[in-house]
Amino acid sequence: MIEEQPVAGPYTHARTSIGRTMGLVLLALLPATLYGLYLFGWPAIFLFGTTILAALIFEAGSLRLAGKRVRPFLLDGSALLTGWLLAMTLPPWAPWWIGVVGAFLAIVIGKQVFGGIGQNLFNPAMVARVALLISFPLEMTLFHAPVPLFSAQAPGFLDSLAITFGQSDQLDAVSSATTLDHLKTELGRGVALETASGGVGSLSQLTLGEASGSLGETSALLLLLGGLFLIHKRIITWHIPLAMLGSLALLATIFHLIDPQSYVGPLTHLLSGAAILGAFFIATDLVTSPVSIRGQLLFGAGVGLLVYAIRTWAGYPEGVAFAVMLMNACTPLIDHYLKPRIYGRDRKGEPLTYADEGGEV
Amino acid sequence: MGAENLIKLFKIRGGVHPDDRKQLSAGQAIEDLPLPPLLHIPLQQHIGAPAEPLVRRGELVKKGQRLARSQGAISAPVHAPTSGRIMGVGGYPAHHPSGLSVRTITLKPDGRDEWTDQLDPVYAPFSLAAEEIAQRVADAGIVGMGGATFPSAVKLNLRKRYALHTLVINGAECEPYLTCDDRLMREKPAKILDGVRLMARALGVDRILVAIENNKPQAQAAMGDAAKPYDEVDIVGLPTRYPMGSEKHLVQTLIGKETPARGLTADIGVVVHNVATAMAVHDALYLGRPLISRVMTVTGGAIRQPRNLHVPLGTPLSHLIDFCGGFKEEPAILISGGPMMGQPLPSTQVPAVKGSNALLALTAGESENSEEMPCIRCACCVQACPCGLVPLEMAANIRAGGLDNSVRLGLLDCIACGSCSYACPSHIPLVNYFNFAKGELAARQRSQHKQGETKRLAEARSERMEAIKRAKRKAMLKRKKEMEAKKRVQEETKTASESRVKAMPDTGVEA
Repeated sequence: MIEEQPVAGPYTHARTSIGRTMGLVLLALLPATLYGLYLFGWPAIFLFGTTILAALIFEAGSLRLAGKRVRPFLLDGSALLTGWLLAMTLPPWAPWWIGVVGAFLAIVIGKQVFGGIGQNLFNPAMVARVALLISFPLEMTLFHAPVPLFSAQAPGFLDSLAITFGQSDQLDAVSSATTLDHLKTELGRGVALETASGGVGSLSQLTLGEASGSLGETSALLLLLGGLFLIHKRIITWHIPLAMLGSLALLATIFHLIDPQSYVGPLTHLLSGAAILGAFFIATDLVTSPVSIRGQLLFGAGVGLLVYAIRTWAGYPEGVAFAVMLMNACTPLIDHYLKPRIYGRDRKGEPLTYADEGGEV
Repeated sequence: MGAENLIKLFKIRGGVHPDDRKQLSAGQAIEDLPLPPLLHIPLQQHIGAPAEPLVRRGELVKKGQRLARSQGAISAPVHAPTSGRIMGVGGYPAHHPSGLSVRTITLKPDGRDEWTDQLDPVYAPFSLAAEEIAQRVADAGIVGMGGATFPSAVKLNLRKRYALHTLVINGAECEPYLTCDDRLMREKPAKILDGVRLMARALGVDRILVAIENNKPQAQAAMGDAAKPYDEVDIVGLPTRYPMGSEKHLVQTLIGKETPARGLTADIGVVVHNVATAMAVHDALYLGRPLISRVMTVTGGAIRQPRNLHVPLGTPLSHLIDFCGGFKEEPAILISGGPMMGQPLPSTQVPAVKGSNALLALTAGESENSEEMPCIRCACCVQACPCGLVPLEMAANIRAGGLDNSVRLGLLDCIACGSCSYACPSHIPLVNYFNFAKGELAARQRSQHKQGETKRLAEARSERMEAIKRAKRKAMLKRKKEMEAKKRVQEETKTASESRVKAMPDTGVEA
């Protein structure tokens, strides 16, 4: 009747689990992902599938090597999410091995080497993305204009197989620069913003995602909806996304007001590249972000600042991955210094004192 | 919903919203539980020193007669829940997860349930002095009946050391499943208020706040009606959130001030007592009756007919379960108290004691116990902690043996409410780490204290030995000196006389 083994209290529990957390994140990513897959057609679907499958295989292999039980850890959904997020940041028509190498970097180097789930210092998907970008700059920067499934220009199933898994020259023929890429190049040549903007997607195109870019980064609107869903479900809080987008928008506004011809405006910054995806899905990665509210605000603001700095003054057109990783490195420090105030103590940890009334007489 | 609050409430941080499951027993009026064949009355049903037995095997006792007297400043006496014969004073499994044996008086009821003629009711208790009220509360063996079981009279005497202004009556009952305080407030609001006002008199405060969570509208209404004649009493509706009933958080919600760390609510002028305690104070003063029974909720998915029972202290819990129709399915776990902070019961043979507010028999589905997974640093525990701690970091330190580090992170500020464990998606038993660490710390302090004492005693002993040696040596030296002095004197007198003898002829010649 009574269990022999002492059971740990409390004897009631919130209906939460790691699997549920990861599942909700995946659900939030689903609309933007499906739209991205539709937009970039079969090659994107192949790449997406390959990356996720590779991530799961590497996870299972690493768990077996580490002597851990494979099933519970594989089923918690974390490897699936890592592979998924990585795929979303890849150029949609990239060759298959980009996905596989990326999955290896993310799961094995970025996560399991540190000790598996919960132990990694850096966001695994971003480790992979940054390593890929530095190692294979050509493949990682060849973007393609959207050719929705079943549209006239879309490659057929077999052609798509060739694009992802074989040799194909089709990519070069139709490749197109991303918004940030184009602006960077043009502004770098001294062209005024007004002129440079002519060659890129409009703000509405960016919002809906009808512009060239990474597989899942294009539709700011769908990503924003997914992010709000996560906040509603209390998987993430508003602090990191708001601090990140806020600091990015603030800096962009200030510089745009100072010199409208050389600095890109805040809306373009917010809607292009990985800003929205990063703010809601990458910077908020539970494992690698600070745990206190004040820490999260600082972390988010730091990411926003670095994103702006990298996009504006550094060599790369996009900086979300770098910015997140740099701030990931600061997380232990932030957690050490910015803790919540303990009940009954002041910020320094001394017991509160009241001068006015009560107290021992 | 809820009472119209006349006072402004303040926000507390953290907390969780567990499914309260109070509907299982909230509709059941309090029923008297028939006497069991045997009562097992432990001598320690309170925090502090155990009571000292006054009765012997074979003795006949009356209901309400004192069976054991309190010993020490923090202790409480124990009284007979009914009339009958003492079967023995010996060991019996405690109402504690360990099930270890504790000193217990076993009483066989004679079925007559006769009150002792020693009862001393007061006809006008409000004319009593504060000291007198506290003394009677102490004599009645009343302890904090919310579960803390701290002797209530000690708390009533806080007026001597603190400048108090408010008495808060804790009717939050924030633990899921529990309905005993809810029923008491619905059924006996006038008596509770009399007890409350007596306690306020003992404390010397003129402001009383009765705080009740908004999930108990009937209790709020009943208490509100009963409180109408008294201007000093306010009934306050509290937001439904666990752990609203935590003393320090309740006070913060009501008066907006945090109790200083390691301090008492009395530091900010407030004393908190429980609803059932107020009821016991009423009985002690108006009827002269000691604390010999209490209201308990018997509930949970495995109980056939959940009920609120008026239970004689010392009744084996199996008797309660039988009265509620037994189990309708095999319970996965039996708990004393609520599911958040309650303790697992080692057996159904253990007796009901002063601090037991509930007996829960939970099914496997209710007490879902998932496998522990690694921490994913999701900060759910940080958000849930009402004390502003970082549970994940404390637990990581304790796991790695860093006890001192966990203390630096605030281990001793943890109130063990279990909100962190409740919220953790990885099902890490966080609060158990903290309870373990607190136990370790206490054990370490004890052994350090023991070491210190041993060292002190050993040093004192060698010091004493040294002193004895020194005294002996000194005495010896003294004696030696005396001997020498004596010798010298003797010698001197000898030589003197000799010389005199020698000198005599000369002098005689000269003379």
